[in-house]
Parts: sequence; C-alpha cells; structure tokens
Amino acid sequence: MELIFSLAVGVMAASGIYLILRPRTFQVIIGLSLLAYAVNLFIFGMGRLKLAMPPVINPAQGSNPALYTDPLPQALVLTAIVIGFATTALFLVVLLAARGFSGTDHVDGREPEGK
Amino acid sequence: MVLLLIVSLPFIGSLCAALLPANARNAEAWLAGIIALAVTLLAACQYPQLAVEGVLRLDLPWSPTLGLDFQLRMDGFAWLFTLLVALIGLLVVIYARYYMSPADPVPRFFSFFLAFMGAMLGVVLSGNLLQLAMFWELTSLVSFMLIAYWHHRSDARTGARMALIVTGTGGLALLAGVLLIGHIVGSYDLDAVLAASGEIKAHPWYPAIVALVALGALTKSAQFPFHFWLPHAMAAPTPVSAYLHSATMVKAGVFLLARLWPVLAGSDLWFWLIGGAGLLTLLIGGYLALFQNDLKGVLAYSTISHLGLITLLLGMNSELALVAAVFHMVNHATFKASLFMAAGIVDHETGTRDINRLSGLYRAMPITATLALVAAAAMAGVPLLNGFLSKEMFFAETVFLGRPEWQRLLLPVAATLAGMLSVAYSLRFIHQVFFGQPTADLPHQPHDPARWMLLPSALLVAACLLVGILPGATVGPYLRTATDALLGPAAPAYSLAVWHGLNLPLYMSVTALFGGFMLYLPCIGRKNERIPLLGRFDGKKIFNRLLVMVMNRSGWLLGYLTSTRLQTQILVILLVALGGSLLPFADGLLLFGNAPLTAPDPAFALLWIVGAVCAVAAAWQAKLHRLAALILAGGAGLATSLTFVWFSAPDLALTQLAVEVVTAVLILLGLRWLPPRDARFQTGQEAPRVHLRRLRDGFLALAGGGGLAALTYAMLTRPAVDGIAPFFVEQALPQGGGLNVVNVILVDFRGFDTFGEITVVAIVALTVYALLRRFRPAPESLARPEQQREQGSPPGSGAPDLKASLPVGDLMLPAVLVRLLLPLALVISVFFLLRGHNAPGGGFVGGLVFATALILQYIVSGTQWVEARLRILPLYWMAGGLLAAAAAGIIGAAFGNPGGAPFLTAQSWHGSLPLVGDIHLSTVLLFDVGVYLLVVGATVLMLVAIAHQSLRGLHRDPSRDAGGSA
Repeated sequence: MELIFSLAVGVMAASGIYLILRPRTFQVIIGLSLLAYAVNLFIFGMGRLKLAMPPVINPAQGSNPALYTDPLPQALVLTAIVIGFATTALFLVVLLAARGFSGTDHVDGREPEGK
Repeated sequence: MVLLLIVSLPFIGSLCAALLPANARNAEAWLAGIIALAVTLLAACQYPQLAVEGVLRLDLPWSPTLGLDFQLRMDGFAWLFTLLVALIGLLVVIYARYYMSPADPVPRFFSFFLAFMGAMLGVVLSGNLLQLAMFWELTSLVSFMLIAYWHHRSDARTGARMALIVTGTGGLALLAGVLLIGHIVGSYDLDAVLAASGEIKAHPWYPAIVALVALGALTKSAQFPFHFWLPHAMAAPTPVSAYLHSATMVKAGVFLLARLWPVLAGSDLWFWLIGGAGLLTLLIGGYLALFQNDLKGVLAYSTISHLGLITLLLGMNSELALVAAVFHMVNHATFKASLFMAAGIVDHETGTRDINRLSGLYRAMPITATLALVAAAAMAGVPLLNGFLSKEMFFAETVFLGRPEWQRLLLPVAATLAGMLSVAYSLRFIHQVFFGQPTADLPHQPHDPARWMLLPSALLVAACLLVGILPGATVGPYLRTATDALLGPAAPAYSLAVWHGLNLPLYMSVTALFGGFMLYLPCIGRKNERIPLLGRFDGKKIFNRLLVMVMNRSGWLLGYLTSTRLQTQILVILLVALGGSLLPFADGLLLFGNAPLTAPDPAFALLWIVGAVCAVAAAWQAKLHRLAALILAGGAGLATSLTFVWFSAPDLALTQLAVEVVTAVLILLGLRWLPPRDARFQTGQEAPRVHLRRLRDGFLALAGGGGLAALTYAMLTRPAVDGIAPFFVEQALPQGGGLNVVNVILVDFRGFDTFGEITVVAIVALTVYALLRRFRPAPESLARPEQQREQGSPPGSGAPDLKASLPVGDLMLPAVLVRLLLPLALVISVFFLLRGHNAPGGGFVGGLVFATALILQYIVSGTQWVEARLRILPLYWMAGGLLAAAAAGIIGAAFGNPGGAPFLTAQSWHGSLPLVGDIHLSTVLLFDVGVYLLVVGATVLMLVAIAHQSLRGLHRDPSRDAGGSA
C-alpha cells in the first residue's frame, strides 16, 4: 500500500509540476489543483497509513492514542483543502480578468514574440 | 514623567492638528503655539532640578528580554537644546500663522511641524542610541514632508527627495555606527556608552565607527561634500526653513558630534575627518553664499558655512573649542532664524526673493530692515552681538591649536578668510535688499507686515543683543551647565566677556570686518550669472547623475537577476526547491526504512491506476481540451478522496468530495470566458525551441515527482513519531468534549487558526467579488455559447420567462428535482454541522453541501429566475459567520474562569428545556455555526459572481441594451 500511495503522490506531483510550467493559464490552474492533491496526500501521509482507525473516539474503547490514526495531519489537510478551493477561485478570477484586459490567456499577459 | 510629556505632547498635538478642518488657520496656530509653549515651560521648570542632580532620566521597559527600554535622558546639554527647539518652535509658529496663505492646507503644515518638534525633541532627549537613530530618521522623514509641502511645485518635490536620500542614507550609516558601538559596549544606553570611551577608542573598529557616525552627522548638518541638499530644501515654506533648515534639524548632526565628542574625539582621524570637512564647508559655503541671487539661497549657504564652523570647532580636539561650538550652535540658531523670518517677510510683502530685483526696501519696511540689519550684523560677527562672541572664541581656538606648525599657521588664515566672506555676504544681503534706490518693479507694493509677524523676529534679535552685551548674565550659567554635562570634570575654565583686551583674535576680527567690506566692494551692482571657480561643481548635478546611474545599474542588475516571465520564475522556484531538497542528503543517501508495511490491496492499486491515468491525461489535455482536462483532474481528485476514506480520514474525504464538486462548477463557469482553442495550436508546427522546453519541463516534472514519491516512501516505511498527536487524542473528550478529534482540533484546540482561516476565505471571496465587478468579458466571448445555440432554444430566449414556475423543455424535470433537493440538502448540511463534533462532518462540509444545493438552483433554473424568487445575501452570511465565530471566542473569554480566559476558550451549558428535553450547548457549536455560515456565504458569493458574468454578456448583446450589474 505504501508503495502505491507514494507512486500516486509522485505521479500527481509530476503532472502538476509539468502543468504549472506551461504557458496557458488554464494549464496552470489544473496543474495547481493536481499539485495540491499531491501535497495534501503527502502531508496526510505524515500520519502514516492506518486502516479502519479513524480519529473518532469510540467510547467503548477509550482514548488510547494507539487505537486511532494521527488526527493532526488530517486537521492540517482539511483546512488546506478549503484554502486550496479559495485560492483556486481567486486564481480563476484573476485569470479571467487578465484575459479580459489583455485579450490572451498566456500567463505573461501577452503572446510570446516570434510565434 | 515630565520628560515623557515633553516628547509626546508634540506628537499628540500633531494628531490633533491633522484632524482639524482645512481652513482652521487660527485654531491650528493656537494649538501648535500652546503645545510649543507648554513644552518650553515644562523644559524650563526642569532646570532647578537639573542643576542639582545633573541628569534626569526616565526608563520605560519596552522589551526587557531584549534589553530594549524606552529611555529619556536630560542633562544640561540636552536641556539647552530642548529649550532651543521648543522656544524657536513657538516663535516660528507665531510667524507661520501670518506667513501661510489662507489657500494653503494648514492642517498638513502644522501637523508635520509638530511631528518634527516631537522627533527633534526625541533626538535630543534620547537616552539610548538606537532610539536616537530612530528619531533621527523620523526628523528626515518629516523634513521630507515639509520640504514637499507645496507638492505641486517640481522644485519642492526634487528638493525633498534629495534631502531625504542624502539624510536618510546618512541615518542608515549612523545606525550602522550605533550598532558597532552597541556591540563593543554591550549596551545602547548613552551613559554606558559615555563611560566606555576608552574601550571604544582602543577598539580596532574605532575608525569604522568614526566614519559611520561622521557620515550620519555630516549629511544631516549639510557638510561638504553633502552640503548640496540644503539649498534645494529652501523650496519649503520659509517657516520650515527657519525652523528645520537653520535652527534645529541641521543642528542634529553637530548635536550628535558634540554628544559623542567625549567618546570619539581626540584622535588624528577625528581631526582630519571632522575638522577637515568643517573647514572646507566653512570656506566653500561662505564663498558660494556671496554669489547667490536668492535671498534664501544666501541664507542657506551661510547656514552651511556656519555649520562648517561648528563642525570645525568640534573637530579640533580641544575642550574649549567644544565650548565655543555649543555656544555658536545657540547663537547661530537665534540670528539665522531671525534672518530667515526677515527673508520670508520680504518675499511675502514684495512677491520676490531675487536680490537683483530688490532694492531700497528700507523706506517701505523700516522695522523689518532694522531687525534684519541687526541679525545680519550678528551673523557677520560685529561686536556687541552674540555672533561676535562665539566667533572670537573660534578665532582664539585656531590660534592656540595644538597641532604641527604649518597647521597652526594655516588655520587662523583660513578662519580670517571665512570671517571676511561672512562679513561680505551679510553686507550684500542687507545692502542690496534694503538700501540703494527703491524700485517700483515689484509684484506687490512693499510695507511692514502685521506686528505679530514681526514679533518673533524682534524677540530673536533682542536675544542676539542681550547675549552680545551681557553674555555672562544671560546665557553664561546655562552654557556652563551644558558644557559641564558634556565634559564632566574635564570641563575647562572659560569666561564669556565682550572685552578680552587687545589680542590676536581681536585683530583677526577687525581684519575680517575690513576685509569683508573690501571683498564686497567689487560685488556692488554686479549681477551674478555664474559663480566663478566653483560654479562648475554643482552638487545637484552630480547627485542626479549618481541617482540615474544607480537606477540604470539596478535596472540592469534586475534584468540579469530576475525575469518578468512567470514561467521562468516558476522554473527558478522549482529548481531551487529541488536543489534545496537534495541538501540534507549531502551526508548520505536517504534509505528506505523497515517499518511494517500494510498489505497491498488490488482494489487500491486499481484505484490509483485510474487516478494516475487521470492525472497524466489531464496534464496532456489541459492545453487543447479544457473540459476533458477538468473532468480528468476531477477523477484524480476523486481518487484522492477515496484514498482519504481508505486510510481512516472520513472528514477529509467528505470535505474533498464537496470541494471537488464546487471547484468543478467554478471552473466550468469560467471556461466560457477563455479564448477559443487557436487553430495554430493544432497544426503541430511549433518551433523546435518549444519542443525542447517541453522536454526539459518533462524531465523536471519527473525529477520532482520521483523525488516526492521517494520521500513519501522513505517516510512511510519508518515508524511514526509520537509527536503531539497523543495529546489531542487523549484530551479530545475530557477537554474538548467531542469524539471527532479532527473537529475538536479545528474548532477548539486550534480554534484561533481556524478563525484566521475562515477570515482568509472571506477575504478571498470578497476579492473575487471585487475583481469581477470591474471585469469586462472579452468581446468575442459575448455571443451565446455554441452548445446553447445548438440545443435550439427558442429564438429570443435570451430573456427567460421569469413568471413561469417551471422552465419549459428539457430542463423541466431536473428543475423539479433540484427544487425538491434544496430543503433536503439544507437538512443534511445542518445534520453534518450538528454532528460534526462527535462524528465525521462539521461546519466546512455542511457549508459546502448547502452551497452546492444553492448553486444547483442557479444552474438548472437560470440566474435570473432564481434571483427573482430567492434573495440570497452571501455578504450577510459571511458577516454573520465571522460574527458568530468571534462571538463564540468572546463569550468563551468573558465567561471563562473568574478573571477571564484566553480568546476562544470553550464554554458549555447543560440543561433541559420544556418539550425539547436535555440539551447541551457550547460555544464550540456556535463557532462551527460561524464556519458553516461563512463557507456558505463565501462559496455562493464567488460562484454567483462568476455566474453573473454571462448575464452581463446577455445585457451587452446589441439587441438588448440594458445595463447589467453583478
């Protein structure tokens, strides 16, 4: 499982990195989403992969930390997901406004010369 | 406490002055005057105590762990300066009341004027060198604002900029010097520094300290070669010139040199650096003053020259010279401020400051002329006036200089020459302006101004006379206290008397008087077009050339070091990140650990085969097939979400799922406004450069992704570290009262973080809203999209029927379903919210669920239809959310333990209500409700703002010409 998980993080990060280096704004926005998935999974993985041990305390079992997965990375990632959504929205709007102003969807606001 | 009052009163007054109405000339002057008077009286009342105790102190602990206190310290020297600053400030305020025209925005003037007074008093009274450097820079800043007071004039702007750059740079050098001193002494306390004089002089850094402090002081006091900023600062209103640029601020430099004199003076380096700069400035300033055509220009260069004299005295390494320097600081302030006032009056009454145009004003304005005459005589060093006394002391010092022979001979000659120059330009100033034939060719008919405008000048002139005739009875004791404070037991004996007998200094004075007269003779009637000899060395030109060079060079450097292109920037960031992540492995490769692994599950592998294909395909398609790429990225997101479920993170999975939906809707709404795919992309005829770049980026992506994968694996194969996680798990129930640990962390343990986070979300939503208010879609995107046209909606259906209860056509059935869904979604979202504390759910998920349901209404029924029936006010939701969260925090803080508790401390209440039964309420729930409300509001605000763009497009359709607004 760990290997699959690691490869998943790697593949998404690679796709994201490739995309954020591209010249079109839409590519960058998709790239940022993919990179965000990868980074969220990475942070989440800090708590190690545990099966069927959600950090919701079962009163019958008591609150022995060994029985539950690490809640801290989850709390971090949860806020990261919401903030990620907000920044995606912001970026989308900046993209649209830039397109409205400059007439192009190139990240630099103008088409490169010589093309 | 009185000390604190002295420093803070002007700042308080500055704030008040800024708030008065623009035409409150009298009120402003009264305010500033009363403050200056109060400071004067407060300072004066300190003298008896000071004479007994020697030093008054006030230490306010500010950051004790860093050893930083706010320290005020008043000794005799500081007292003298305080009185000077306050008293001349008072006189200048009275003068300014009549000088400023009713059209000038006086609040700005008096506000900065008082701020300057406060800053200058701060410099004078600082008991801590760092604090002194801070006030020092503050005076530069305020001076900038005051020089540029008439900012519609370009000379004011350039003059202000030049002054700020020169003095500000000097201030930085001073700060560096102070830091060095602090490092050697181990404290910035002025007393400690003064006590460590020997230590500093013996230290190898001593030359650097002297150079840096000198740089600060010489720039501030306009000493050669930094003197050029002062004449250009004359673009300021005359009261500012009188106060800042002759009497006080430019004295800060020599004040500091005198303050640190016991610590730094005494070496050859000091003599050559300070004394040399002073001598050059004394001569050059006097020479240039002789050739100025602007009244204020003459005074500016003469100020430079006199400051040079003071600097020279300070550089002579003799205690008596220090006494003379302090004496001359006071004398110069009195006669020069008075002369500036006279120049301002002439300017005010005649409309010009050009010496060549002015003539014979004595008849029209006799009082002004008399006052100016006496003050100018003091400047020239005529006996029975205060300038004569300090100049005599200066001459005496040059004669008795304890240096090698040639220097002992040269210095008195140079001093006499400077005295001659001083006499000559004073003569020229008075003779050309007030004597000779009266001219009729003036913008205004000149006459003496209001009595109140003359009063400040008259008082200063009276002081010149009094001190000049009875020095011992007037200024004597105070000067003695000041020099005693500077020199301590080493203070030399001296006598302030008008008559010292026939001696060499007296002969020098007489020579200077006659020589100056002779020097002036050839200048009578000459119009100075050019300045002989030194005319070509224009400091302003050199400065500007330097400035242009610095800007060009930095532009050139910037071009090398940075790029405006985003792709290059991201590339650099990635490369640095990659390189940085390799650094820890310099010692050895990262090996995979050997913690027990989870058995692989084929289903999970399958999930990620799909997920990886989605991610790679999204990267592949993002350029040409945006919709496909969006769907594929969503697939990768779903795989992520499922992974969260798989590995015991139900909250994350829920949130990720809800965010996936909202993000997809968001980007779908945006897709329409992107440019159509360009035909040239599909030809495949790109430059080889582009292919190469893609190849490079591909490698980079592989390296980054591979590295991250390896890192993840290396980490996952190691046992987990018991960090702070056990604390949260153990304390969630007893302290947080909840079973869902993640939720307890978010809303209770780390509630403040979450509070900050929802604030960020709110700000982002508002930014999105604000950006879209001004957004204009590209013209080619305005037409109805292809899909809508193809679906054959009836012609003219740009305006949907808002009265119809259901849309006709294909959307009728979805519309019914979606409307039924709304209450259900509301119930589910509230359910998620309420159970969040004990089971997966919470405010974030609940809010997103409800926002999705609302958006569905928009999608299916159309924006106009929904808004005709349902008024959602997302801004109110957001405000309510923030208020609820803040209220939860405040309630918790207010009703915590007796005496209050930290913000966001959780409080709960158990009880039972009729009908409902047992109930448990807590501020944590209120907090989560706040999160819920805010997430609903922010999400809906953003999505609706984007959705409205298409409406705007509709409105701009040529057939329907109505204004749209979002």
